[in-house]
Amino acid sequence: MKLVSAIIKPFKLDDVREALSEIGVQGITVTEVKGFGRQKGHTELYRGAEYVVDFLPKVKLEAVVDDGLVDQVIETVTKSANTGKIGDGKIFVYPVEQAIRIRTGETGSEAL
Amino acid sequence: MENQIFELQYAMDTFYFLVCGALVMWMAAGFAMLEAGLVRSKNTTEILTKNVALFAVSCIMYMVCGYAIMYGGGYFLSGIAGGETLVADALAASKEEGFGGGSVYADPSDFFFQVVFVATAMSIVSGAVAERMKLWSFLIFAVVMTGFIYPMEGAWTWNGDAVFGMYTLGDLGFSDFAGSGIVHMAGASAALAGVLLLGARKGKYGADGSVNAIPGANLPLATLGTFILWMGWFGFNGGSVLKLGDIANSNAVAMVFLNTNAAAAGGAMAAIITARLLFGKADLTMLLNGALAGLVAITAEPSTPSALQATLFGGIGGVLVVFSIITLDKLKIDDPVGAISVHGVVGLLGLLLVPLTNDGSSFSGQIIGALTIFVWVFGASLITWAIIKAVMGIRVTEEEEYEGVDLAECGMEAYPEFTKS
Repeated sequence: MKLVSAIIKPFKLDDVREALSEIGVQGITVTEVKGFGRQKGHTELYRGAEYVVDFLPKVKLEAVVDDGLVDQVIETVTKSANTGKIGDGKIFVYPVEQAIRIRTGETGSEAL
Repeated sequence: MENQIFELQYAMDTFYFLVCGALVMWMAAGFAMLEAGLVRSKNTTEILTKNVALFAVSCIMYMVCGYAIMYGGGYFLSGIAGGETLVADALAASKEEGFGGGSVYADPSDFFFQVVFVATAMSIVSGAVAERMKLWSFLIFAVVMTGFIYPMEGAWTWNGDAVFGMYTLGDLGFSDFAGSGIVHMAGASAALAGVLLLGARKGKYGADGSVNAIPGANLPLATLGTFILWMGWFGFNGGSVLKLGDIANSNAVAMVFLNTNAAAAGGAMAAIITARLLFGKADLTMLLNGALAGLVAITAEPSTPSALQATLFGGIGGVLVVFSIITLDKLKIDDPVGAISVHGVVGLLGLLLVPLTNDGSSFSGQIIGALTIFVWVFGASLITWAIIKAVMGIRVTEEEEYEGVDLAECGMEAYPEFTKS
Protein backbone atom coordinates (compact mmCIF):
# COMPACT_ATOMS: atom_id res chain seq x y z
CA MET A 1 0.00 0.00 0.00
CA LYS A 2 1.09 3.50 -0.73
CA LEU A 3 -0.06 6.93 0.45
CA VAL A 4 -0.38 9.29 -2.47
CA SER A 5 -0.34 12.88 -1.27
CA ALA A 6 -1.09 15.51 -3.90
CA ILE A 7 -1.00 19.27 -3.40
CA ILE A 8 -3.16 20.88 -6.07
CA LYS A 9 -4.92 24.08 -7.02
CA PRO A 10 -8.17 24.36 -5.06
CA PHE A 11 -10.39 24.89 -8.11
CA LYS A 12 -9.16 21.57 -9.59
CA LEU A 13 -10.38 19.51 -6.62
CA ASP A 14 -13.68 18.47 -8.18
CA ASP A 15 -12.04 17.33 -11.41
CA VAL A 16 -9.44 15.28 -9.53
CA ARG A 17 -12.00 13.71 -7.23
CA GLU A 18 -14.16 12.61 -10.15
CA ALA A 19 -11.22 11.25 -12.09
CA LEU A 20 -10.00 9.25 -9.08
CA SER A 21 -13.46 7.81 -8.45
CA GLU A 22 -13.57 6.62 -12.04
CA ILE A 23 -10.38 4.60 -11.70
CA GLY A 24 -11.63 2.97 -8.50
CA VAL A 25 -10.08 4.94 -5.66
CA GLN A 26 -12.41 4.27 -2.71
CA GLY A 27 -11.63 7.14 -0.41
CA ILE A 28 -9.70 10.37 -0.19
CA THR A 29 -8.96 12.88 2.53
CA VAL A 30 -8.73 16.58 1.73
CA THR A 31 -7.12 19.38 3.73
CA GLU A 32 -7.01 23.09 2.97
CA VAL A 33 -3.39 24.14 3.20
CA LYS A 34 -1.18 27.12 2.42
CA GLY A 35 2.31 27.17 1.07
CA PHE A 36 4.67 28.14 -1.68
CA GLY A 37 6.95 26.45 -4.17
CA ARG A 38 8.74 27.83 -7.15
CA GLN A 39 5.64 29.92 -7.86
CA LYS A 40 6.40 31.91 -4.65
CA GLY A 41 3.66 34.18 -3.34
CA HIS A 42 2.08 37.07 -5.16
CA THR A 43 1.62 40.77 -4.48
CA GLU A 44 -1.67 42.48 -3.72
CA LEU A 45 -2.54 46.15 -3.52
CA TYR A 46 -4.32 47.99 -0.69
CA ARG A 47 -4.82 51.75 -0.66
CA GLY A 48 -1.86 52.25 -2.97
CA ALA A 49 0.58 50.11 -0.96
CA GLU A 50 1.71 46.72 -2.27
CA TYR A 51 2.00 43.77 0.04
CA VAL A 52 3.24 40.24 -0.54
CA VAL A 53 1.10 37.20 0.12
CA ASP A 54 3.80 34.58 0.84
CA PHE A 55 1.61 31.52 1.25
CA LEU A 56 -0.96 30.67 -1.36
CA PRO A 57 -4.04 28.58 -0.65
CA LYS A 58 -3.82 25.01 -1.95
CA VAL A 59 -5.65 21.76 -1.37
CA LYS A 60 -3.82 18.68 -0.07
CA LEU A 61 -5.47 15.47 -1.17
CA GLU A 62 -4.45 12.12 0.31
CA ALA A 63 -5.39 8.62 -0.80
CA VAL A 64 -4.04 5.25 0.36
CA VAL A 65 -4.15 2.75 -2.52
CA ASP A 66 -2.85 -0.71 -3.45
CA ASP A 67 0.62 -0.84 -4.93
CA GLY A 68 -0.83 -1.85 -8.28
CA LEU A 69 -2.98 1.24 -8.52
CA VAL A 70 -0.29 3.79 -7.63
CA ASP A 71 0.97 4.55 -11.11
CA GLN A 72 -2.56 4.98 -12.42
CA VAL A 73 -3.45 7.32 -9.53
CA ILE A 74 -0.35 9.43 -10.18
CA GLU A 75 -1.17 9.61 -13.87
CA THR A 76 -4.82 10.51 -13.19
CA VAL A 77 -3.96 13.28 -10.72
CA THR A 78 -1.25 14.64 -12.99
CA LYS A 79 -3.67 14.78 -15.88
CA SER A 80 -6.75 16.12 -14.08
CA ALA A 81 -4.98 18.73 -11.95
CA ASN A 82 -2.90 20.07 -14.79
CA THR A 83 -3.45 23.61 -16.03
CA GLY A 84 -0.02 24.01 -17.60
CA LYS A 85 0.61 27.12 -15.51
CA ILE A 86 3.01 27.55 -12.63
CA GLY A 87 1.56 26.54 -9.25
CA ASP A 88 -0.16 23.31 -10.30
CA GLY A 89 1.32 21.54 -7.30
CA LYS A 90 3.19 18.30 -6.52
CA ILE A 91 2.59 14.64 -5.78
CA PHE A 92 4.42 12.70 -3.08
CA VAL A 93 4.24 8.93 -2.55
CA TYR A 94 4.95 7.26 0.79
CA PRO A 95 4.92 3.60 1.84
CA VAL A 96 2.14 2.65 4.24
CA GLU A 97 2.78 -0.04 6.85
CA GLN A 98 -0.71 -0.96 7.80
CA ALA A 99 -4.37 0.04 7.35
CA ILE A 100 -7.25 -0.95 9.63
CA ARG A 101 -10.97 -0.35 9.17
CA ILE A 102 -12.16 0.64 12.62
CA ARG A 103 -15.74 -0.67 12.28
CA THR A 104 -14.85 -4.26 11.29
CA GLY A 105 -11.21 -4.64 12.18
CA GLU A 106 -10.31 -5.59 8.59
CA THR A 107 -6.67 -4.94 7.77
CA GLY A 108 -4.45 -4.33 4.74
CA SER A 109 -6.01 -3.93 1.28
CA GLU A 110 -9.36 -5.14 2.69
CA ALA A 111 -9.51 -2.02 4.81
CA LEU A 112 -9.08 0.44 1.93
CA MET B 1 -57.15 79.73 12.25
CA GLU B 2 -53.83 81.55 11.95
CA ASN B 3 -52.72 80.07 15.26
CA GLN B 4 -53.61 76.59 14.12
CA ILE B 5 -51.54 76.99 10.97
CA PHE B 6 -48.61 78.18 13.07
CA GLU B 7 -49.07 75.19 15.35
CA LEU B 8 -49.04 72.89 12.37
CA GLN B 9 -45.92 74.54 11.01
CA TYR B 10 -44.29 74.20 14.43
CA ALA B 11 -45.24 70.55 14.54
CA MET B 12 -43.97 69.88 11.03
CA ASP B 13 -40.63 71.63 11.56
CA THR B 14 -40.13 69.88 14.88
CA PHE B 15 -40.98 66.56 13.31
CA TYR B 16 -38.61 67.21 10.42
CA PHE B 17 -35.84 68.13 12.84
CA LEU B 18 -36.34 64.97 14.86
CA VAL B 19 -36.40 62.68 11.84
CA CYS B 20 -33.23 64.29 10.48
CA GLY B 21 -31.63 63.89 13.91
CA ALA B 22 -32.52 60.22 13.87
CA LEU B 23 -30.94 59.90 10.42
CA VAL B 24 -27.74 61.52 11.71
CA MET B 25 -27.81 59.25 14.75
CA TRP B 26 -27.74 56.33 12.32
CA MET B 27 -24.45 57.66 10.96
CA ALA B 28 -22.94 56.32 14.18
CA ALA B 29 -23.78 52.87 12.82
CA GLY B 30 -22.14 53.83 9.55
CA PHE B 31 -18.92 54.87 11.26
CA ALA B 32 -18.95 51.71 13.38
CA MET B 33 -19.32 49.46 10.33
CA LEU B 34 -16.83 51.39 8.20
CA GLU B 35 -14.19 51.29 10.92
CA ALA B 36 -14.89 47.65 11.82
CA GLY B 37 -14.41 46.77 8.17
CA LEU B 38 -11.13 48.62 7.74
CA VAL B 39 -9.32 47.28 10.81
CA ARG B 40 -7.95 43.77 11.26
CA SER B 41 -10.30 41.18 12.74
CA LYS B 42 -8.31 41.07 16.00
CA ASN B 43 -9.33 44.68 16.67
CA THR B 44 -13.02 44.44 15.76
CA THR B 45 -14.65 44.09 19.17
CA GLU B 46 -12.71 47.03 20.54
CA ILE B 47 -13.55 49.39 17.67
CA LEU B 48 -17.23 48.50 18.01
CA THR B 49 -17.05 49.07 21.78
CA LYS B 50 -15.41 52.41 21.18
CA ASN B 51 -18.04 53.50 18.66
CA VAL B 52 -21.00 52.71 20.88
CA ALA B 53 -19.33 54.11 24.00
CA LEU B 54 -18.23 57.35 22.32
CA PHE B 55 -21.78 57.93 21.15
CA ALA B 56 -23.06 57.48 24.68
CA VAL B 57 -20.31 59.71 26.12
CA SER B 58 -21.17 62.41 23.57
CA CYS B 59 -24.85 62.33 24.51
CA ILE B 60 -24.09 62.55 28.23
CA MET B 61 -21.43 65.27 28.01
CA TYR B 62 -23.45 67.41 25.61
CA MET B 63 -26.37 67.12 28.00
CA VAL B 64 -24.23 67.96 31.04
CA CYS B 65 -22.44 71.05 29.71
CA GLY B 66 -21.75 70.91 25.95
CA TYR B 67 -25.07 72.32 24.81
CA ALA B 68 -24.96 75.07 27.43
CA ILE B 69 -21.44 76.10 26.38
CA MET B 70 -22.38 76.11 22.71
CA TYR B 71 -25.83 77.68 22.74
CA GLY B 72 -26.35 79.02 26.25
CA GLY B 73 -29.10 77.89 28.59
CA GLY B 74 -28.69 75.86 31.74
CA TYR B 75 -26.37 72.97 32.46
CA PHE B 76 -28.00 69.54 32.40
CA LEU B 77 -30.51 70.98 29.87
CA SER B 78 -32.49 72.51 32.72
CA GLY B 79 -35.51 74.34 31.39
CA ILE B 80 -35.35 72.83 27.91
CA ALA B 81 -38.73 71.12 28.28
CA GLY B 82 -40.44 74.54 28.23
CA GLY B 83 -42.54 76.18 30.90
CA GLU B 84 -46.26 76.78 31.27
CA THR B 85 -46.21 79.55 28.68
CA LEU B 86 -44.60 77.26 26.09
CA VAL B 87 -47.49 77.38 23.61
CA ALA B 88 -48.08 81.10 23.89
CA ASP B 89 -44.32 81.80 23.55
CA ALA B 90 -44.02 79.64 20.45
CA LEU B 91 -47.07 81.27 18.84
CA ALA B 92 -45.70 84.72 19.61
CA ALA B 93 -42.38 83.75 18.04
CA SER B 94 -44.15 82.35 14.97
CA LYS B 95 -46.15 85.57 14.57
CA GLU B 96 -43.00 87.63 14.85
CA GLU B 97 -41.16 85.53 12.26
CA GLY B 98 -44.17 85.19 9.99
CA PHE B 99 -45.10 82.05 8.07
CA GLY B 100 -42.11 82.22 5.73
CA GLY B 101 -39.62 83.49 8.31
CA GLY B 102 -37.08 81.77 10.51
CA SER B 103 -37.95 78.39 11.91
CA VAL B 104 -39.72 77.90 15.19
CA TYR B 105 -39.53 74.43 16.69
CA ALA B 106 -39.41 72.62 20.00
CA ASP B 107 -36.19 73.27 21.97
CA PRO B 108 -35.63 69.58 22.83
CA SER B 109 -35.62 68.78 19.10
CA ASP B 110 -32.80 71.29 18.67
CA PHE B 111 -30.76 69.53 21.35
CA PHE B 112 -31.49 66.18 19.75
CA PHE B 113 -30.36 67.40 16.33
CA GLN B 114 -27.22 69.04 17.72
CA VAL B 115 -26.09 66.19 19.93
CA VAL B 116 -25.78 63.74 17.05
CA PHE B 117 -23.37 66.17 15.33
CA VAL B 118 -21.12 66.06 18.39
CA ALA B 119 -21.11 62.29 18.21
CA THR B 120 -20.25 62.46 14.51
CA ALA B 121 -17.21 64.65 15.22
CA MET B 122 -16.08 62.20 17.89
CA SER B 123 -16.65 59.15 15.65
CA ILE B 124 -14.12 60.61 13.21
CA VAL B 125 -11.43 60.39 15.88
CA SER B 126 -11.99 56.74 16.68
CA GLY B 127 -11.12 55.42 13.22
CA ALA B 128 -7.83 57.32 12.96
CA VAL B 129 -6.47 56.03 16.27
CA ALA B 130 -7.74 52.49 15.74
CA GLU B 131 -5.85 49.28 16.49
CA ARG B 132 -3.37 50.68 19.02
CA MET B 133 -4.97 53.16 21.41
CA LYS B 134 -6.08 52.29 24.93
CA LEU B 135 -9.86 52.16 25.13
CA TRP B 136 -10.21 54.16 28.34
CA SER B 137 -7.73 56.84 27.31
CA PHE B 138 -9.83 57.33 24.21
CA LEU B 139 -13.05 57.59 26.19
CA ILE B 140 -11.53 60.14 28.59
CA PHE B 141 -10.55 62.21 25.57
CA ALA B 142 -14.13 61.85 24.30
CA VAL B 143 -15.39 63.41 27.54
CA VAL B 144 -13.21 66.52 27.03
CA MET B 145 -13.83 66.73 23.29
CA THR B 146 -17.62 66.48 23.43
CA GLY B 147 -18.08 68.39 26.67
CA PHE B 148 -15.72 71.26 26.00
CA ILE B 149 -13.49 71.40 22.88
CA TYR B 150 -16.24 70.97 20.29
CA PRO B 151 -18.85 73.13 22.06
CA MET B 152 -16.36 76.02 22.28
CA GLU B 153 -15.78 76.21 18.54
CA GLY B 154 -19.44 75.45 17.92
CA ALA B 155 -20.34 78.54 19.92
CA TRP B 156 -17.98 80.71 17.85
CA THR B 157 -19.44 79.47 14.59
CA TRP B 158 -23.06 78.38 14.65
CA ASN B 159 -23.98 80.43 17.71
CA GLY B 160 -22.09 83.53 16.51
CA ASP B 161 -20.13 84.16 19.72
CA ALA B 162 -16.91 86.16 19.51
CA VAL B 163 -13.73 84.04 19.58
CA PHE B 164 -12.41 84.70 23.12
CA GLY B 165 -14.01 88.13 22.76
CA MET B 166 -11.63 89.09 19.91
CA TYR B 167 -13.48 88.69 16.62
CA THR B 168 -16.73 87.26 15.31
CA LEU B 169 -16.43 84.80 12.43
CA GLY B 170 -19.85 85.57 10.99
CA ASP B 171 -18.90 89.24 10.53
CA LEU B 172 -15.80 88.19 8.56
CA GLY B 173 -17.87 86.26 6.03
CA PHE B 174 -17.44 82.78 7.46
CA SER B 175 -20.14 80.31 6.45
CA ASP B 176 -20.34 76.58 7.18
CA PHE B 177 -23.84 75.31 6.46
CA ALA B 178 -23.81 71.85 8.03
CA GLY B 179 -20.26 71.54 9.33
CA SER B 180 -17.53 70.64 6.82
CA GLY B 181 -15.28 72.59 9.16
CA ILE B 182 -17.22 72.78 12.42
CA VAL B 183 -17.89 69.05 12.62
CA HIS B 184 -15.69 67.18 10.12
CA MET B 185 -12.47 69.16 10.11
CA ALA B 186 -12.80 69.59 13.88
CA GLY B 187 -13.02 65.82 14.36
CA ALA B 188 -10.08 65.29 12.03
CA SER B 189 -7.99 67.93 13.85
CA ALA B 190 -8.52 66.13 17.15
CA ALA B 191 -7.67 62.85 15.40
CA LEU B 192 -4.47 64.27 13.93
CA ALA B 193 -3.31 65.47 17.34
CA GLY B 194 -3.99 61.99 18.74
CA VAL B 195 -2.24 60.17 15.91
CA LEU B 196 0.86 62.36 16.20
CA LEU B 197 1.25 61.51 19.89
CA LEU B 198 0.24 57.89 19.39
CA GLY B 199 2.49 56.87 16.50
CA ALA B 200 1.87 54.43 13.69
CA ARG B 201 0.68 50.84 14.03
CA LYS B 202 3.55 48.42 14.40
CA GLY B 203 4.63 47.13 11.02
CA LYS B 204 2.93 49.89 9.02
CA TYR B 205 6.18 51.61 8.05
CA GLY B 206 9.43 49.78 7.37
CA ALA B 207 12.80 50.99 8.66
CA ASP B 208 13.77 51.80 5.07
CA GLY B 209 10.81 54.19 4.71
CA SER B 210 8.59 51.67 2.93
CA VAL B 211 4.83 51.77 3.45
CA ASN B 212 3.32 48.40 4.28
CA ALA B 213 -0.33 47.71 3.61
CA ILE B 214 -2.41 46.46 6.53
CA PRO B 215 -5.57 45.34 4.76
CA GLY B 216 -8.94 45.72 6.46
CA ALA B 217 -10.67 42.53 7.59
CA ASN B 218 -14.12 42.97 6.15
CA LEU B 219 -14.80 45.08 3.07
CA PRO B 220 -18.52 44.18 2.94
CA LEU B 221 -18.90 45.85 6.37
CA ALA B 222 -16.92 48.88 5.21
CA THR B 223 -19.20 49.16 2.18
CA LEU B 224 -22.35 48.87 4.29
CA GLY B 225 -20.94 51.53 6.61
CA THR B 226 -20.36 53.88 3.70
CA PHE B 227 -23.92 53.45 2.44
CA ILE B 228 -25.28 54.06 5.95
CA LEU B 229 -23.23 57.25 6.20
CA TRP B 230 -24.39 58.33 2.75
CA MET B 231 -28.01 57.87 3.85
CA GLY B 232 -27.50 59.54 7.23
CA TRP B 233 -25.95 62.52 5.49
CA PHE B 234 -29.36 63.47 4.08
CA GLY B 235 -30.33 64.20 7.68
CA PHE B 236 -27.01 65.89 8.37
CA ASN B 237 -27.28 68.37 5.52
CA GLY B 238 -31.05 68.28 4.96
CA GLY B 239 -31.83 68.94 8.60
CA SER B 240 -29.40 71.84 8.67
CA VAL B 241 -31.86 73.88 6.60
CA LEU B 242 -33.66 73.94 10.00
CA LYS B 243 -37.08 74.38 8.45
CA LEU B 244 -39.37 72.54 6.07
CA GLY B 245 -42.71 74.27 6.65
CA ASP B 246 -43.08 76.60 3.66
CA ILE B 247 -42.49 76.37 -0.08
CA ALA B 248 -39.19 78.25 -0.13
CA ASN B 249 -37.69 76.08 2.61
CA SER B 250 -39.14 72.84 1.23
CA ASN B 251 -37.45 73.65 -2.01
CA ALA B 252 -34.19 74.39 -0.23
CA VAL B 253 -34.42 71.05 1.58
CA ALA B 254 -35.03 69.20 -1.68
CA MET B 255 -32.08 70.95 -3.28
CA VAL B 256 -29.86 70.05 -0.34
CA PHE B 257 -30.85 66.37 -0.58
CA LEU B 258 -30.21 66.42 -4.32
CA ASN B 259 -26.83 68.13 -4.02
CA THR B 260 -25.70 65.95 -1.13
CA ASN B 261 -26.41 62.85 -3.18
CA ALA B 262 -24.81 64.31 -6.31
CA ALA B 263 -21.62 65.20 -4.47
CA ALA B 264 -21.29 61.69 -3.05
CA ALA B 265 -21.67 60.22 -6.52
CA GLY B 266 -19.11 62.64 -7.96
CA GLY B 267 -16.66 61.92 -5.14
CA ALA B 268 -16.98 58.17 -5.50
CA MET B 269 -16.34 58.08 -9.23
CA ALA B 270 -13.55 60.64 -9.12
CA ALA B 271 -11.78 58.63 -6.41
CA ILE B 272 -12.04 55.27 -8.12
CA ILE B 273 -10.86 56.67 -11.44
CA THR B 274 -7.95 58.38 -9.67
CA ALA B 275 -7.07 55.13 -7.88
CA ARG B 276 -7.27 53.18 -11.15
CA LEU B 277 -4.96 55.65 -12.87
CA LEU B 278 -2.47 55.74 -9.99
CA PHE B 279 -2.42 52.08 -8.90
CA GLY B 280 -3.71 50.23 -11.95
CA LYS B 281 -6.50 48.69 -9.87
CA ALA B 282 -9.97 49.81 -8.81
CA ASP B 283 -9.37 50.10 -5.06
CA LEU B 284 -12.70 49.65 -3.25
CA THR B 285 -11.52 51.40 -0.08
CA MET B 286 -10.65 54.49 -2.11
CA LEU B 287 -14.08 54.38 -3.75
CA LEU B 288 -15.66 54.35 -0.30
CA ASN B 289 -13.44 57.16 0.98
CA GLY B 290 -14.23 59.05 -2.24
CA ALA B 291 -17.99 58.90 -1.67
CA LEU B 292 -17.49 60.18 1.88
CA ALA B 293 -15.11 62.88 0.64
CA GLY B 294 -17.79 64.06 -1.79
CA LEU B 295 -20.24 64.29 1.09
CA VAL B 296 -17.80 66.20 3.30
CA ALA B 297 -16.96 68.59 0.47
CA ILE B 298 -20.58 69.60 -0.10
CA THR B 299 -21.51 69.83 3.58
CA ALA B 300 -20.25 73.40 3.99
CA GLU B 301 -22.73 74.62 1.38
CA PRO B 302 -25.23 72.15 -0.09
CA SER B 303 -28.01 74.65 -0.83
CA THR B 304 -26.56 77.16 -3.32
CA PRO B 305 -24.61 75.05 -5.89
CA SER B 306 -26.36 73.64 -8.94
CA ALA B 307 -26.57 69.87 -9.22
CA LEU B 308 -23.69 69.88 -11.70
CA GLN B 309 -21.58 72.08 -9.44
CA ALA B 310 -22.32 69.77 -6.50
CA THR B 311 -21.19 66.76 -8.53
CA LEU B 312 -17.99 68.54 -9.52
CA PHE B 313 -17.32 69.75 -5.97
CA GLY B 314 -17.74 66.19 -4.78
CA GLY B 315 -15.44 65.05 -7.57
CA ILE B 316 -12.70 67.45 -6.48
CA GLY B 317 -13.04 66.01 -2.99
CA GLY B 318 -12.78 62.50 -4.42
CA VAL B 319 -9.52 63.23 -6.24
CA LEU B 320 -8.08 65.15 -3.30
CA VAL B 321 -8.81 62.39 -0.80
CA VAL B 322 -6.78 59.80 -2.74
CA PHE B 323 -3.72 62.05 -2.93
CA SER B 324 -4.17 63.07 0.69
CA ILE B 325 -4.21 59.44 1.88
CA ILE B 326 -1.04 58.68 -0.08
CA THR B 327 0.67 61.83 1.20
CA LEU B 328 -0.20 61.17 4.85
CA ASP B 329 1.25 57.67 4.46
CA LYS B 330 4.46 59.17 3.09
CA LEU B 331 4.58 61.47 6.12
CA LYS B 332 4.14 58.34 8.31
CA ILE B 333 0.88 59.61 9.75
CA ASP B 334 -0.91 56.31 10.14
CA ASP B 335 -4.67 56.60 9.73
CA PRO B 336 -6.19 53.13 9.22
CA VAL B 337 -9.50 54.39 7.85
CA GLY B 338 -8.42 57.61 6.11
CA ALA B 339 -10.43 59.80 8.51
CA ILE B 340 -7.95 62.69 8.58
CA SER B 341 -7.97 62.87 4.78
CA VAL B 342 -11.71 62.41 4.31
CA HIS B 343 -12.88 64.74 7.06
CA GLY B 344 -9.94 67.07 7.60
CA VAL B 345 -8.36 67.77 4.22
CA VAL B 346 -11.64 67.56 2.33
CA GLY B 347 -13.45 69.41 5.12
CA LEU B 348 -11.10 72.33 4.50
CA LEU B 349 -11.78 72.02 0.77
CA GLY B 350 -15.51 72.18 1.50
CA LEU B 351 -15.07 75.45 3.40
CA LEU B 352 -13.02 76.96 0.58
CA LEU B 353 -15.62 76.01 -2.05
CA VAL B 354 -18.41 77.93 -0.30
CA PRO B 355 -17.64 81.44 -1.67
CA LEU B 356 -17.87 80.07 -5.24
CA THR B 357 -21.63 79.75 -4.96
CA ASN B 358 -22.57 81.67 -1.82
CA ASP B 359 -22.22 85.46 -2.03
CA GLY B 360 -22.71 85.76 1.70
CA SER B 361 -19.29 84.28 2.42
CA SER B 362 -15.75 85.33 1.58
CA PHE B 363 -12.48 83.45 1.04
CA SER B 364 -10.77 85.42 3.78
CA GLY B 365 -13.62 84.62 6.16
CA GLN B 366 -13.45 80.93 5.29
CA ILE B 367 -9.68 80.81 5.80
CA ILE B 368 -9.84 82.64 9.14
CA GLY B 369 -12.68 80.36 10.21
CA ALA B 370 -10.79 77.23 9.18
CA LEU B 371 -7.67 78.41 10.99
CA THR B 372 -9.65 79.28 14.10
CA ILE B 373 -11.27 75.83 14.20
CA PHE B 374 -8.02 74.00 13.43
CA VAL B 375 -5.78 75.90 15.84
CA TRP B 376 -8.29 75.60 18.67
CA VAL B 377 -9.28 71.96 18.22
CA PHE B 378 -5.80 70.73 17.32
CA GLY B 379 -4.13 72.69 20.12
CA ALA B 380 -6.66 71.84 22.81
CA SER B 381 -6.67 68.19 21.70
CA LEU B 382 -2.89 67.97 21.69
CA ILE B 383 -2.77 69.25 25.27
CA THR B 384 -5.55 66.88 26.33
CA TRP B 385 -3.93 63.86 24.65
CA ALA B 386 -0.57 64.81 26.18
CA ILE B 387 -2.03 64.99 29.68
CA ILE B 388 -3.77 61.64 29.25
CA LYS B 389 -0.53 60.18 27.88
CA ALA B 390 1.45 61.43 30.87
CA VAL B 391 -1.08 60.22 33.43
CA MET B 392 -2.19 56.83 32.13
CA GLY B 393 -0.65 56.31 28.71
CA ILE B 394 -2.53 56.24 25.42
CA ARG B 395 -0.99 53.23 23.70
CA VAL B 396 -1.32 49.53 24.45
CA THR B 397 1.87 47.48 24.85
CA GLU B 398 3.57 45.99 21.82
CA GLU B 399 2.49 42.50 22.82
CA GLU B 400 -1.12 43.59 23.30
CA GLU B 401 -1.06 45.26 19.92
CA TYR B 402 0.25 42.07 18.33
CA GLU B 403 -2.44 39.94 19.96
CA GLY B 404 -5.10 42.52 19.16
CA VAL B 405 -6.81 45.10 21.34
CA ASP B 406 -9.92 42.90 21.36
CA LEU B 407 -8.27 40.59 23.86
CA ALA B 408 -6.25 43.26 25.65
CA GLU B 409 -9.12 45.72 26.21
CA CYS B 410 -12.34 43.76 25.89
CA GLY B 411 -11.26 40.21 26.66
CA MET B 412 -13.26 38.81 23.80
CA GLU B 413 -12.82 38.17 20.12
CA ALA B 414 -15.22 39.28 17.42
CA TYR B 415 -15.14 35.92 15.63
CA PRO B 416 -14.15 33.30 18.26
CA GLU B 417 -15.36 30.34 16.21
CA PHE B 418 -13.05 31.12 13.31
CA THR B 419 -9.97 30.60 15.43
CA LYS B 420 -11.09 27.86 17.80
CA SER B 421 -12.27 25.19 15.37
